[in-house]
Amino acid sequence: MRYAEAGYNLEIDLSRGNIERVETDPKLTELFLGGQGVNAKIIWDRVGPEVKPFDEGNLLIFGAGLLHGTPVIGCNRTSVNTINPMTGIFGHSTMGGFFGPEIKHAGYDRIIISGKAPKLVYLWIKNDKVEIRDASHLKGKTVRETTRLIKEELNEPFAQVACIGPAGENKVFTASLEHNWNSAARGPGPIMGDKMIKAIAVRGTKDINIAHPQELFELCLKMKKEMYESDGCGDWMAVDEDDSFHHNNFSWGNSRTRIKNYWSEELQKRWTNWKYDHMDRQMGCYNCPKGCINVISWPGHPRFGYKCYGKDTYHMAAFKELDYSYELLGYCQDYGLDSYSTPQTLALGIELYEAGILTDKDMPNFPTDSGDRIKYLVEKVVHREGIGDILANGSWHAARQIGNGAEAFEHNTVKKMEQLPIKLGKLNPAYYLMIATGEKMAITQIEGSFPQDPIRDLDERQKFVDRWDAVPSEIFKDIFMRWEKRNEMSVEDTCLVTDWNEAMHYVDDSTGLCGFVSSFRGQFGGKTAFSFNNVPQIISLATGMDMDKDKLWEICRRNRTLIRAINNRLGIRRVDDDPPKDHWAVRDPELEAKMLDGYYDLRGFTKDGIPTKEELYKQGLDYVADELIQRGILDPNEGTPSQEKAKLEDQKSGGC
Amino acid sequence: MAETVKKIVKTIKVDLDKCNGCRGCEMACSAYHATPKYSSMNPARSRIRVIMDPFNDEFVPIRATDYTKAGCDGRRVYTIRGKEYSECSFCGTICPTRDLFFDPDSGLPLKCDLCEDEKVPLCVQACPQGCLTYVELEEEVEEEVKTSEMELGLKSLVDKYGVRKLQDSFARIAKKG
Ligand code: SF4
Ligand code: SF4
Ligand code: SF4
Ligand code: SF4
Repeated sequence: MRYAEAGYNLEIDLSRGNIERVETDPKLTELFLGGQGVNAKIIWDRVGPEVKPFDEGNLLIFGAGLLHGTPVIGCNRTSVNTINPMTGIFGHSTMGGFFGPEIKHAGYDRIIISGKAPKLVYLWIKNDKVEIRDASHLKGKTVRETTRLIKEELNEPFAQVACIGPAGENKVFTASLEHNWNSAARGPGPIMGDKMIKAIAVRGTKDINIAHPQELFELCLKMKKEMYESDGCGDWMAVDEDDSFHHNNFSWGNSRTRIKNYWSEELQKRWTNWKYDHMDRQMGCYNCPKGCINVISWPGHPRFGYKCYGKDTYHMAAFKELDYSYELLGYCQDYGLDSYSTPQTLALGIELYEAGILTDKDMPNFPTDSGDRIKYLVEKVVHREGIGDILANGSWHAARQIGNGAEAFEHNTVKKMEQLPIKLGKLNPAYYLMIATGEKMAITQIEGSFPQDPIRDLDERQKFVDRWDAVPSEIFKDIFMRWEKRNEMSVEDTCLVTDWNEAMHYVDDSTGLCGFVSSFRGQFGGKTAFSFNNVPQIISLATGMDMDKDKLWEICRRNRTLIRAINNRLGIRRVDDDPPKDHWAVRDPELEAKMLDGYYDLRGFTKDGIPTKEELYKQGLDYVADELIQRGILDPNEGTPSQEKAKLEDQKSGGC
Repeated sequence: MAETVKKIVKTIKVDLDKCNGCRGCEMACSAYHATPKYSSMNPARSRIRVIMDPFNDEFVPIRATDYTKAGCDGRRVYTIRGKEYSECSFCGTICPTRDLFFDPDSGLPLKCDLCEDEKVPLCVQACPQGCLTYVELEEEVEEEVKTSEMELGLKSLVDKYGVRKLQDSFARIAKKG
């Protein structure tokens, strides 16, 4: 019997209308766990670099996490992977809610979608019964309407639906896939549109079996209560109304203007009233006691649900207040638009208009008020009308398509994707590395275990370290104890910190755990629900696999390396590991180069940022090495930067 | 008339405002009733289900109460604070009009037994959010004849196939056995 897993993939070829249930290889679970890990392996095997994002050969994979459907608390994030049309590389995308566990109960570990349907369709999966159904009547429908209509026509109120809105149908690059109040950004939206698949509805009524039932269940019940009571998990922004952090520190408009003293008590009071006077509920995700999703009914506008910083992006792009976002969010969620990339692209459009690069010819009847301008552009982008057809491709592509100097205005992307609008003074070493090398495109998907700032006071620092539950090894306590100034951390320490931060996210993305109870919470010290100190045991209890901290770390390293290799095959090299030029005012190219080298050393990458043959073989990814070599991407004899340096020194000292 | 007796009546109170829609109650109920205990989870086998429509902000956990051969017309619609609910949303009846509280494999009804062997029912234990609270009330009640799970199953089979057919099948199986 397979424990925790369903043991089958559902393969759907939309071009041929072919549906297959395929047994999976347990070996892959041992190597990559599940979720994003196994998704990446499938993409490596089946989506070569010749395949363009909008080709039939591109896959769209909905991967349930290894622990979905088990009693493990806060484990529900589905990894939706594909080649992202905006970046042209592996699209890292996850969403919370109920979808992954439902896939599991339907008897699958993942849904793999290939090809393109000849006309708009949706999928209906009820256990072994799988149908590709006509969706022409859903064309242009909003997310909420689509969801309601599908449940009604199937007469399945318990079905879980994930769908795109008009933005996804129109292949807007910043479109997202929506499921209840959760969304999967960075690729799946436009790919669903391209594959002509409006929605997936799933209902499962099968058992998920557990290897060590009693122990796991009792542990989970206990954890649920603790997690409910603890302020060390969940999104603190759902309960803490002091949001000075984003408003004083992040940049407004096109990631340009910082308003350092924006926040005030008076403002907080007003905003708090707006929120609680109109909040229906704080909703959670499958089997999680927290309520991170604030569900708001703003009078006269569609209801919406938001998490964390999602409420800020539109009004900060438009230089408005919270009520502006409240007006807009319902529409944008209904359209299926990502609230991170979209507002930045729109703000770029406004800037280009003000600079005279875009004119009234491009934007007929462009309003004067910045809020009206954003609304105007939202409509254009969603329908790919006029200038919207260009802005729909995100800032990087849009600036280059517009040309005429527009490129200089696009200043906040890495690997062609918008970053959080943070512009700071001095470099924070670990953040340099994470933003530069992170394959997950958003810093929130990379950071989180190690604190963002040092603690000045030595006693306080010691106290923090003494109660720091999540640390996988004492090394991190030492690093934190010797960290005095934000911009001063040794290259070695920086690399280790980055390694831990990254590893924990790879744990989440393969098991299906939510960062708010795991990878994002270690940085706050105290007790964190999930960490390297308990996840291995939990995996063992659920799956029966023999797991410990080192093995889990090794798997995370493998998953990270594989995704790097996928991106290398698609052209990513050292030059692409480059944060926005103005992210920090003071830069230090020499130190940055050293850090990159150090990181590549630690990861076993060459100087150009490609995993070495030795490293790939060590991780059991020999077929990856062979292919990279065969394609001329990897030199089989090249080692890591420090290995190469040693070789050179050897040659120098050797000779006769 | 049945005798009335003093008895501890156990029940679960529901505070809808506290439900965050996590469905942990469903997961826990199904696990508790699995054999061996906790060995598998499957909300579709749960005796409590959360009637849920997040886009309308509707969250109503209901426990399976009594089995009925035929439902009512279920046509009443209630509006609470601007949100519409069908009366079925509040009804725990195991009723043929809906695909709820029937075991997905056997099709037999699943009734809440209040987790008799536990001090506190499992769904309540799985809900630290406080939406579900367990209460024991001392009440004068009519003495009821408890139907066991097996009887309930038989009853639903009788309703489905008729006594005759069931008797025949039973005789056949017994003979083979
Ligand atoms: S912590 Fe919040 S976002 Fe994460 S699973 Fe729980 S409710 Fe969802
Ligand atoms: S466990 Fe409680 S909060 Fe969660 S769905 Fe059930 S009743 Fe609602
Ligand atoms: S579920 Fe209840 S309210 Fe609805 S039809 Fe059946 S008995 Fe009537
Ligand atoms: S009381 Fe027990 S049997 Fe009844 S719904 Fe709750 S967990 Fe299930």
